Amino acid sequence: MEIALACLIGLFFTVAIYLLLSRSLIRMLLGIAIIGNGVNLLIFTVGRVTREVPPIVPDGEYAPLEPIANPLPQALILTAIVIGFSLFAFLLVLTYRAYQELDADNTDTMRVAEPEDSPRPPLSY
Amino acid sequence: MAKTPLPKNLELPPAMIEGATSVADWVIVWPIALPMLGAAVLLMARKRPEWQAPFAFLILLATLVANVMLYLRVQAEGPLSMTMGNWLPPYGISLTADSLSALFSMVSAFILLIVILFVQSEIETRENKYGYHPLLLLLLTGVSGGFLTGDLFNLYVWFEVMLIASFGLLIIGGRKIQLDGAVKYGFLNFLATTFFLIAIGFLYGLVGTLNMADIALKAPQVEGGAIAAVAALFFLAFAMKAAAFPLNSWLPASYHAPDPAVSAVFAGLLTKVGVYALVRTHLLLIPQSHGQLQVVMEVVAGATLILAPLGAMAQTNARRALGFLVIGGIGAMMAGLAIGTPLGVFGLAAYAVNSMLVMTALYLVVGLVERMGGTSDIRKLGGIYRANSWLSIMFIVLVFAVAGLPPFLGFWPKMILVLAGIEMQSFWLVGLILLNSILTSIAGSRLWAHIFWRDGREGVNSEQINTKIRPLPQRAVVWGLLPTGALVAFIIVAGLWPEPLFRAGGDAANDVRLASDYVGAVFERVPETKGEGE
Repeated sequence: MEIALACLIGLFFTVAIYLLLSRSLIRMLLGIAIIGNGVNLLIFTVGRVTREVPPIVPDGEYAPLEPIANPLPQALILTAIVIGFSLFAFLLVLTYRAYQELDADNTDTMRVAEPEDSPRPPLSY
Repeated sequence: MAKTPLPKNLELPPAMIEGATSVADWVIVWPIALPMLGAAVLLMARKRPEWQAPFAFLILLATLVANVMLYLRVQAEGPLSMTMGNWLPPYGISLTADSLSALFSMVSAFILLIVILFVQSEIETRENKYGYHPLLLLLLTGVSGGFLTGDLFNLYVWFEVMLIASFGLLIIGGRKIQLDGAVKYGFLNFLATTFFLIAIGFLYGLVGTLNMADIALKAPQVEGGAIAAVAALFFLAFAMKAAAFPLNSWLPASYHAPDPAVSAVFAGLLTKVGVYALVRTHLLLIPQSHGQLQVVMEVVAGATLILAPLGAMAQTNARRALGFLVIGGIGAMMAGLAIGTPLGVFGLAAYAVNSMLVMTALYLVVGLVERMGGTSDIRKLGGIYRANSWLSIMFIVLVFAVAGLPPFLGFWPKMILVLAGIEMQSFWLVGLILLNSILTSIAGSRLWAHIFWRDGREGVNSEQINTKIRPLPQRAVVWGLLPTGALVAFIIVAGLWPEPLFRAGGDAANDVRLASDYVGAVFERVPETKGEGE
């Protein structure tokens, strides 16, 4: 199970890095979304894939009776999903606004902050 | 559902603190909670722009007082820790302050207090309505939280708080250049925090805990290459956050885009959280990784030290040139990290304080220059000395401070770093630190000569008086020049009387070296004997 998950995570990262290397912002956004999911799967896997027993202590007991699933990775993933989703939403809107204002979806043509034909520094002094 | 009484023979490890946390320990929460509460209140009061500035100022004043109290407490009693929700560490999320984190948090609050005054000289009603002040407070929340947290996953959360607040500040105003800069800043920083999250996942898989003190106990026992790979991932993520070469390209692409006040806060605070996280992970959490990665750290430090001032010389935009000087300072801090001895950390901490104060002040001065000249293109500026000599004196003092010329503030940390390098016999690193000082003073004084000293603009008429310079309006003198002057005066006094800086840096280095104190502060609450558990 771990090996299958590890291969899946590797696939996610491969795809994400391929997309992030693109010049198109939309592809980069897709890459960001996929790498986020890859990381979530990774946290799930390194938290050990255990039996699907919910970590609930039965009534009248003070400790679970049998080995339970590790709840911490799931809490971490939940947090990471929420944060990743909100930042992704922000980047999505930002990209759209940048497309409207700069008329560019290609990072090579987004040169307002760093002009391509930037002048040489003055040679005096 | 009534519980059956606990059987006498049940052996459960203690997990809860019994009784309330003493009120005195809450001092570690206030530096984070106050700006967060302030931001929430200001967001609710967004329809009242006239309340925003005074309330934000009061909140920041209270935050600074809380930070000073925390720092004094840490000085007096050593590292301080508090675990949330009455859980015992490592189950609860700890906040832990030692001299290093309390010092950085205090300086951050001080810088934001100065900047919030400066903001009043340039803020527009529209920006005020869209939450300028709440975002600044949230940024401080993220920065202070990052410094004071004692939990690795919590550090990730604070990084994201910082990131989302900085996104907002970067695009508020909505000019084209801001959107362009924000795209590059946003993608690359989000990627850096993702790498950080990957490293957290792997580290959790190896040691099974996220509490920093607990990791510091367990990680040194993990052997083999896995922990080195995790440490390398941490190094990648935090070096990207700190804008060390070759991961620095996002900083000069974005820091000149927003308002000068926002640039100043970014330059002062954001990259230093990355540096702080590097110190924490490589010297406290995974101490064996420092030896494994030392060569990489040295190369990164050396390259950053040299390439950043060269980049600054090649710029025609004054604020972009300053962005490269920020990176140069990161190089000096990375050198301290690469050396890694107590003296090296001493130099790093002192240089970080210097860099926070000086880079903020430089951006504020250039913000005022832009107000006068209407541009940040150094070819079109000139003659500011004639128009406002105070600004030009402040700028040259700050250039000397950032380059590390005596008797200004930057000299002392650089001296410590050089001493640390000589002690470690890494003479080439010492040479590069000194070369960085020369190159930085060339880059800085070129800026000064073009912006201030030269009478006119570039070209045939450069000896003629620049007629495009307008005097600073009254509002900019009161809210812009005075706070900037106060910050510069503070920098000069701190440079002439460096004793407090030495003491603070030495204490910080001491605390980083004595990991056992840090760990002890977190775990001291564990009761000696387990009670009945009721």
